[in-house]
Amino acid sequence: MPSRQGRVKTDVLMVGVGGQGVVLASDALAEIAMKNGYDVKKSDTLGMAQRGGSVSSHVRLGEHIFSPIMSKGDADFLLAFELLEGARSADYLRQGGVAIINDQAIPPLSVVGDASAYPSTSEVERIIRRYTDEVYFLPGREIAEEMGNAQVLNVLLLGFLSRFLAMDEQAYIGDLSQRVPARFLELNLRAFSRGREEAESRRLAKPIGMRERRRSKR
Amino acid sequence: MKRLLSGNEAIALGAYHAGVSVAAAYPGTPSTEILESLARMDGIYVEWSTNEKVSMEVAMGASYGGVRALVPMKHVGLNVAADPFFAASVTGIRGGLVVVSCDDPGMHSSQNEQDNRHYARFAKVPMLEPSDSQEAYDLMKWSLEMSEEFDTPVLFRTTTRISHCKTVVEVDETPQIAKRSPRFIRDPGKFVMVPTNARPRHPLMEARIQKLSSYVETFPLNELILRDRSIGVISAGAAYQYAREVFQNASFLKLVTTYPLPRNLIREFASKVERVVVVEELDPFIEDSLKAMGIDALGKEFVPITGELNPQVLEEGAAKAGLLQRARKTKPERSPVPQLPLRPPLLCPGCPHMAASYALRRLDFYHTHPQEDPASGREVLGELKRQGVIATSDIGCYTLAVYPPLLALDTCACMGASIGQAHGLEKAGVANKTVSVIGDSTFLHSGITNLVNIVYNRGNSTVIVLDNSTTAMTGHQGHPGTGITARGEEGQRVVIEDLCRGVGVRDVSVIDAFNLPLIEATIRRCVEMQEPSVIVIRGSCPLHVRGKGTALAVDPEKCDSCFACLRLGCPAIVIEGEKARIDSFQCLGERCSVCLQVCTRDAIKAG
Repeated sequence: MPSRQGRVKTDVLMVGVGGQGVVLASDALAEIAMKNGYDVKKSDTLGMAQRGGSVSSHVRLGEHIFSPIMSKGDADFLLAFELLEGARSADYLRQGGVAIINDQAIPPLSVVGDASAYPSTSEVERIIRRYTDEVYFLPGREIAEEMGNAQVLNVLLLGFLSRFLAMDEQAYIGDLSQRVPARFLELNLRAFSRGREEAESRRLAKPIGMRERRRSKR
Repeated sequence: MKRLLSGNEAIALGAYHAGVSVAAAYPGTPSTEILESLARMDGIYVEWSTNEKVSMEVAMGASYGGVRALVPMKHVGLNVAADPFFAASVTGIRGGLVVVSCDDPGMHSSQNEQDNRHYARFAKVPMLEPSDSQEAYDLMKWSLEMSEEFDTPVLFRTTTRISHCKTVVEVDETPQIAKRSPRFIRDPGKFVMVPTNARPRHPLMEARIQKLSSYVETFPLNELILRDRSIGVISAGAAYQYAREVFQNASFLKLVTTYPLPRNLIREFASKVERVVVVEELDPFIEDSLKAMGIDALGKEFVPITGELNPQVLEEGAAKAGLLQRARKTKPERSPVPQLPLRPPLLCPGCPHMAASYALRRLDFYHTHPQEDPASGREVLGELKRQGVIATSDIGCYTLAVYPPLLALDTCACMGASIGQAHGLEKAGVANKTVSVIGDSTFLHSGITNLVNIVYNRGNSTVIVLDNSTTAMTGHQGHPGTGITARGEEGQRVVIEDLCRGVGVRDVSVIDAFNLPLIEATIRRCVEMQEPSVIVIRGSCPLHVRGKGTALAVDPEKCDSCFACLRLGCPAIVIEGEKARIDSFQCLGERCSVCLQVCTRDAIKAG
């Protein structure tokens, strides 16, 4: 485990579209972090409706957290469940932060109705690269469908993210076992490991955990 | 034991551990989860009331009966409940009575962003504000005790970022839950507010605030943190957390008792720091009090008076005001993200409100023509018919039909208002026909009194009750029309159409929410009538239906790309290669089939 001395803090921003399971994933991460001894604050920003709108979830973990929402330029991790939402929140990333983007497009109605254009994957990548070089695109929807259920996307992405955080794999598995209905548990656990494998194959992932923050010299 | 709880969950658990016996509410974001959490706990009476005024009155009754009571609501709910809330301040209480007001700065899901702290001063009741879930949990006990000690209801105020944020709470694993025994002691001088009884109560209320003013001076959760003395920040609630993040080394006075304010404590703090700064969301509630005390303070000069606060906004304001030498973080110039398509919320695939909204739009109820001829400034009578009917709306999922592509609605003010507004337009002599739409839950909340008013005053309005048999937008709570109680048990169902007939509406239709031609024909017939009418359009919320039908599909051979189906705004319909396509994953199939009814080319078929 990394040092917990000094000002250590990790900010994870999860974004997506209502119905994709962003809130469940961020709930799990927050709970696991708390059980690992961190102070945690978590705040969801939801649209008015239950479905179809933009959703973002701020998860902040560290020694002592004050604000439950982070500022632009603070996020150590941007976990995007959808391309456009990833691009929309790119400016939350800090310099050198990590962007994990599910390579799936869910066009909003304004695009379907031809009032505006959906950005291409390369445009999204260009937007994100203005803030960081560490970008991972993942065909999450395809992998989830291939595993048998598109709805395990959120756990797959959580698995991917977990490879970057210094918390024990067992903690995630234990939490998911309580959170997911029994008949879907096995599938979810497979999706979680698959997410971790995907992360490993893309990067020699070593846990970076609580990244040391530079103290401002004021 | 440590638990990760939202502010609302913490309020519920705190109230439960403090021995609350009765909790009543109407669902409203961001307050809903308080009652939902309590409904899962044993040994406490919980109910969804028809509106906040009713819930307040239920809680007052319980309190008069000697037990502890909780009445949570969203900020605008307190407007509805204001009458009994003020009355409770006059009579005082028996069992502890706590009113939770969950405010919504930034209007995440509200029609305004009023600052309900003013209600405390207005109604002369004490107010407590937690700054995280731990404090929310701990404060419930304090609030109830304060209520009983000072014979007053207590206003417990949160904002969205307290209600909905999850933070770590150390909860009592073996709480001593001491419930009061119910017992009403007759005391007309206290409980019967005829003028001769009410007059002596007012001086008592004033004396109560005086006593509370000394009590709050030593309130243990008000926290004084002395560090760098050049800036002393006074703050409360979520704003306190933002301020701690931004002013990293400053001195702080965190206030939990924000009415009445601990004036001596504030003076002491002000004397120890060079410059007093107030960080609060929305109105200068604390700042104005400070200034009235003769304490010079900086506040709304750099903290916005509108919108939700966040660390970034605060930091930028502070830097501009010279309170921070430079922005806390040295960041490279952040280029803004380019313009991207917005993603407004939509009606769900299979939503029973979709056909009705589409019918309103299709009947040319959408204003495409100006009311007046701009050249002459006169009304162009020949155009009036084509300007169609005005659709006044209430608050619920169906309000989303105001967005493109449906654009079906003309007003939206507050719950129950749609019916009154339509009646007002008619009585004002507006030539257009009017239709008001209201949900089933909202109709029972405060539509009934408006319908009675129309019947009595000889209005001709057409009231459309969009009945999806749940309170959908806040998360599917029960209401009298569903006959499902807050605990999910069976209650006695109130039948809306019977109720409407009972108050004297003779023309009441009940029609299927997915039958577009029938909906259209019924509305056409009703608006032409010279008597009030009610159309109950009934269909289940798709999020409530377990099995979905076989998805529909578009025959690309027959689709001529007219895209009439896209005007429904159904999220399951997309364009693929110049043709419409239905996403089988989202489509509810033959249960809905509204798109099939709008397709002029017969290109949509059951899959």
